[in-house]
Amino acid sequence: MFLIHCPYCEEHREEEEFHAAGQAHLPRPLDPDSMTDEQWGDYLFYRKNTRGEYRELWVHAAGCGKYFNVSRNTQTYEIYATYKTGEVLESTSQMSVGPTGSVLNYRTADKEGS
Amino acid sequence: MATPTRSAPGIPRMSRFSGFGLIKQAYRHQEHWQRMWRNPKPKKHYDIVIVGGGGHGLATAFYLAKMHDKVNIAVIEKGWIGGGNTGRNTTIVRSNYLWDEAAHLYEHAMKLWEGLSQELNYNVMFSQRGVLNLGHNLQDMRDIERRVNANRLNGIDGEVLDAQQCAQIVPIMDCSGSTRYPVLGASWQPRAGVARHDAVAWGFARGADSYGVDIIQQTEVTDIVIEDGAAVGVQTAQHGVIKADRIGCVTAGNSGVLAGYAGFELPIESHPLQAYVSEPIKPILDTVVMSNAVHGYMSQSDKGDLVIGAGIDGYVGYGQRGSFPVIEHTMHAILELFPQVSRVHMNRQWGGIVDTTPDACPIISKTPVENLFFNCGWGTGGFKATPGSGHVFADLLAKGEPNAIAKPFNYWRFRDGSLIDEHGAAGVAH
Repeated sequence: MFLIHCPYCEEHREEEEFHAAGQAHLPRPLDPDSMTDEQWGDYLFYRKNTRGEYRELWVHAAGCGKYFNVSRNTQTYEIYATYKTGEVLESTSQMSVGPTGSVLNYRTADKEGS
Repeated sequence: MATPTRSAPGIPRMSRFSGFGLIKQAYRHQEHWQRMWRNPKPKKHYDIVIVGGGGHGLATAFYLAKMHDKVNIAVIEKGWIGGGNTGRNTTIVRSNYLWDEAAHLYEHAMKLWEGLSQELNYNVMFSQRGVLNLGHNLQDMRDIERRVNANRLNGIDGEVLDAQQCAQIVPIMDCSGSTRYPVLGASWQPRAGVARHDAVAWGFARGADSYGVDIIQQTEVTDIVIEDGAAVGVQTAQHGVIKADRIGCVTAGNSGVLAGYAGFELPIESHPLQAYVSEPIKPILDTVVMSNAVHGYMSQSDKGDLVIGAGIDGYVGYGQRGSFPVIEHTMHAILELFPQVSRVHMNRQWGGIVDTTPDACPIISKTPVENLFFNCGWGTGGFKATPGSGHVFADLLAKGEPNAIAKPFNYWRFRDGSLIDEHGAAGVAH
């Protein structure tokens, strides 16, 4: 059972109050009309699915109802940090984090992890 | 029916299992059973290397050897064969899928299941005890009628039952109408059922081995060797580089990691899916009951324990364990249907990592890397397809081009929009 800190309510609450809403930091295309099918496919369907540190969106469904970001390890289930949407989480030395907020290189993360 | 008793050169001939053999071994104090498969040292080069020694990977190797006369094949497995999702599922086999593409694929598997024990000369304990998919509201019943009609048009058996007929098939189920989510009816597939999951892996392994396929366990693939845009081998942690003309990856929850080695991405998210087994009790349930609306499914194994499953965790996870809230929700669902099992203790609980695609259908496909093929994305329903998956993937690996059944399940469908939306159509929502 996760105890998740909602950055808006500023409280740790049980997992059941929340819903996971997928990968975080996926900006909606600014110019949708000019996108190719491939770009749409990437935006809609392709996710990092990282084994290791992962940035994801959660919603405090049974609480304040707001979306926020979570930095969580998908192998150990440790939650490193939660932060509001629009905020930037400083990467730590153990994370090789790219501009989208996900660990960029599966191989590095995996080999070091195992 | 052909049996996998033909031996490749240098491989000792395997004796057939039979009733007479059982008696013979009993008189020899069960001390002279033949080994089921060899434990070979890997060669430097294979025609085809299959990464992942689960049911699907072993079935692929078996059908490659049997149907396509390929014998220089290796199956490389990180742990032990059948130790991943093959040994972690709830063993349900059915083919009542809505869309033509999926129906053809799963029905292809169903037909192979029906002769599998004979084909492998190995009892996979396939028991066609039928599957009920319950409906609890008017929309459920409309969907059920639509799906059953679609199934019948595809030559798949199916019937729409009302609550009374459900109660006749499963007397212990609460069909009274006084529950919060009353059972209004169900779809019923009599040919569906369960199989012994471990035996499926072992049977395919024994069958493939008898044709000379090398099954290499305890060997982890740590990279895919690519030269000029084509895969030429795999890097392993234990045995260095193993070269191959063609590579097939059948690694379920770790498919995204392998695709990462090869430098492309898969539209897959890995989620934990858990299952539970109760203490053994007397026979109360001789079929499989699944419910989409209250969200749980249950069958009873031959040992007597109740085998229960439910939904995935909503978040990405590789932990091979499920979350506590899902346990509670599943038990709610089961008790809604079967109030009298409320005092039954759960013996075991475990989780497997399922590789879910956006349309809940698998990817059986060529990839952007030449000579590299993927069979993944089976999500929550891979076990039922094991022989069919192996059969069509073997065809793809042997010929380099997908056959008519596998073709719709290509990697590029997520970019050209030709999705096969089985999310709502599967018996249980995930």
